[in-house]
Amino acid sequence: MIYLDHAATSWPKPLEVVRAITDFLQLAGGNPGRSGHRLSVAAGRIVYEAREAVAALIGAPDPMRIVFTSNATHAINLALHGLIEPGGRVVTTGMEHNAVMRPLRFLEKRGVDVVVTPCASDGVLDMADFERAVTPGTRLVVVNHASNVVGTLSPLAEIAAVAHAAGALLLVDAAQTAGVVPIDMRAMGIDLLAFTGHKSLQGPPGTGGLALSETVDAARLKPLVQGGTGSRSESEMQPDLLPDKFESGTPNGAGIAGLGAAVRWVTGRGVEAIRRHEVALTRRLLESLSEIPGVTVYGPTDADRRVAIVSFRVAGRRVSEIGQRLDEEFDVLCRVGLHCAPAAHKTLGTFPEGTVRLAPGPLTTPEEIDAALNAVKQVAQS
Amino acid sequence: MNTHGVVLFHTSSMAFRAEKALRRAGFPVNLIPTPRELSSDCGIALRFDWAQRPQVEAVLEQARVETAGFHRQAGRQ
Repeated sequence: MIYLDHAATSWPKPLEVVRAITDFLQLAGGNPGRSGHRLSVAAGRIVYEAREAVAALIGAPDPMRIVFTSNATHAINLALHGLIEPGGRVVTTGMEHNAVMRPLRFLEKRGVDVVVTPCASDGVLDMADFERAVTPGTRLVVVNHASNVVGTLSPLAEIAAVAHAAGALLLVDAAQTAGVVPIDMRAMGIDLLAFTGHKSLQGPPGTGGLALSETVDAARLKPLVQGGTGSRSESEMQPDLLPDKFESGTPNGAGIAGLGAAVRWVTGRGVEAIRRHEVALTRRLLESLSEIPGVTVYGPTDADRRVAIVSFRVAGRRVSEIGQRLDEEFDVLCRVGLHCAPAAHKTLGTFPEGTVRLAPGPLTTPEEIDAALNAVKQVAQS
Repeated sequence: MNTHGVVLFHTSSMAFRAEKALRRAGFPVNLIPTPRELSSDCGIALRFDWAQRPQVEAVLEQARVETAGFHRQAGRQ
């Protein structure tokens, strides 16, 4: 079987991740930060270590500013609902996932001014339009770090400069990049970073987080959920303490244990080494796919300007048929359709049919890519 | 018999940061359930040798640990 659906979720997970989860469940399964006995302390230590590992990986200023959530969508919702008041202005791009677009459209109905600036048909942001849209007083700019449909990388440094010049905060959706593209929040000017654990970080589903730079006043960020935190228990009011303010309720300790192990696995292998490997595979895919008669490849032609996500279509064929044949006849697993990003597909001109998406991972081999390419060739020809 | 001290914290995350920093620096510290007579703030506190308070405070400051108070526990092992 050739698994080319790492942009949906990475698979299989490193054994270290599996072991960390089973160890948590069998050996250290107290309620982290609640009880104070040795199993609670052991569990809390594991959660804290994961916080440190994530902060180090993404250049966050302080592990206390890593808020664990159940996924990137949850983190994005926390940022958007927590920061934006009716009458506020938010600027985003034409390449966003519904994790961004749906909460924004909801907020728009509540009186938030939502501006979607266009991208070219390869997914690259039009900086001139973007700069005009980010007017002084804009509260927030929200962009993906890389598109989940075609992998296009966003020019974050330029975007951050524009956002900050207007006094806006920058929220980056790093669902497709954390673990495979080097991230340094401080150096890159990222104020809030939403990440998921189960994609390039190689962790389990149900993990993710929102990292807050010191530029974000946590007192002005409202929590999505209120409840028990194990702190300030005498009070019926939500504490203002980080990270507790945003982490009410028993956390996904087993998942976070797995996430911590996953981040250590990624760190040990090296983000830049993983990136080089995936760029090479992407280049191989891009070059060979475009030579297959009838195949149209979307997104930038240069592999260095994207993550390992390649979307294509075959003239006259339904994407669902291609996906099914790749699976059933060739053991190649990928994702077809709209990838939860209708706005991006409208930009690319692939709405409403969508695309076939191939997304290799850190352990995918060049031989597997060649076999998948051969499969696409055969499916396209018959 | 040593006299113990107890450091209180606002959050358990801070207690874990403190424990890590002090253990790395070689101090024989333990995390314990916060004594009820001291606080209901955070469920976990850190027990240390009271005689080492200045050194403990220095390590915690260096590690950017925010504390919620130091308390002496006379006669407790």
